[in-house]
Amino acid sequence: MSRLGALIRRETTLAWGRGGGPLVTVGFYAGVATLLPLAIGPERERLAAVATGAAWVALALASLLSLERLFERDYEDGALDLMTLSETPLELTSAVKCLGQWIATGAPLALAAPVAAIGLGASAALAPLIFACALLGGLAFAFVGGIGAALSLGARRGGLLTAVIVLPLFTPPVIFGGGALDAMASGLPWQAAFALLAAYTAAAVALGPLAMAAACRNALS
Amino acid sequence: MIPAPAFLANPERFMAFSRWAAPALGVIAVVLALVGLWLGWSAPPDYQQGETVRIMFIHVPAAIMAMFVYACLGVASFLALVYRHVLADCAAQSAAVLGTGFTGLALVTGSLWGRPMWGAWWVWDARLTSVLVLFLFYVAYLSLRASIDDETKGSRAAAILALVGLINLPIVHFSVYWWNSLHQGSSMFTPGALAPVYAWPLYVMLLAYLAGFGSLWLVRIRGEVWRRRAEAAALRAARG
Repeated sequence: MSRLGALIRRETTLAWGRGGGPLVTVGFYAGVATLLPLAIGPERERLAAVATGAAWVALALASLLSLERLFERDYEDGALDLMTLSETPLELTSAVKCLGQWIATGAPLALAAPVAAIGLGASAALAPLIFACALLGGLAFAFVGGIGAALSLGARRGGLLTAVIVLPLFTPPVIFGGGALDAMASGLPWQAAFALLAAYTAAAVALGPLAMAAACRNALS
Repeated sequence: MIPAPAFLANPERFMAFSRWAAPALGVIAVVLALVGLWLGWSAPPDYQQGETVRIMFIHVPAAIMAMFVYACLGVASFLALVYRHVLADCAAQSAAVLGTGFTGLALVTGSLWGRPMWGAWWVWDARLTSVLVLFLFYVAYLSLRASIDDETKGSRAAAILALVGLINLPIVHFSVYWWNSLHQGSSMFTPGALAPVYAWPLYVMLLAYLAGFGSLWLVRIRGEVWRRRAEAAALRAARG
């Protein structure tokens, strides 16, 4: 247990500290949210119509940013080799890595998401649901994104490749999260979409580590 | 293992089999395509869609093949990953290229059909979107394969991605349906939904596509096997 605790501490510290962590991610998120009205136009009604959707897509993009460093750093300096040799199964290590990623980028983004959406003109009553969706969706983004990051280990232009692999996999959580927000904004029941988002997240958390561990073993073989 | 792949798993047997099977399937595909196109051309124009209904004979089989080939890619990737079989890996690689082609064809012909029917080149409807995502899956598979220099590692990573995609595609399909639907439902195998005068050319064209895919698949696998043999021979020659 203490080994696991040390692992969680290590991954979170690394994700939080090195390379800017939450600062870079939230900064990127704020940048995208700022560019959006400049492209769409400043009219309030027009912006309000797309506010939640835009905030949600920007969130998916922002969670791609730090994926490249998730496995690459440990792969390059040999730490991943040691992790493979340790008694902790690689599946669990991968899951902890994604958890660290989520704590360092997903959670700060979840705090920033309602601010961005309300700034774009969404109703303030939506803020709790946006926060919950972003928190839950962020977990799915981290675990699905981890698959892409592990698969592109040792590839040329790994970062770009990760995005190409991961974006099609992001389709269901983007649909479910956007659907829940849209339903609540138009006064419809949003619980079904939120439950689907939670189900997708649960599946990603359960199955993602298997693919990540297989991909890491392959890259190290 | 499944019997057919088990029989063909031996490379010598595979090469001997595909040597005549590939051209034979190719001839069957051409004949069936000619018959199907002729039947399709002589069918009367639809009362509602007019002449554009003929796009269906190209579009619908391409869309079916797009999904069928992904299933082939998934099975081949599974065999390549579990049994570490080189031929299965060649098959996966070849299927991916062909599948990208079929998916692209389905998207383009669908767009050409949508313009006169719906008045738009593209609508964000469930089926179109899920085929578009399928196309992106193929692109991701091919780009992952292309960007890892070590061929063995690259093919295993791509096989993992293909299996991840295989689990994900039904979810994507279902989620996109949940999101929206405008495209008409599938009527191909519903009895009575499609007049025989349209159903027959469609079935013949589907068989033609299947035979054509089989032929091209075998040809591509053969080419891949020869390429790897040539590479191995070059390595041996370099070693002296």
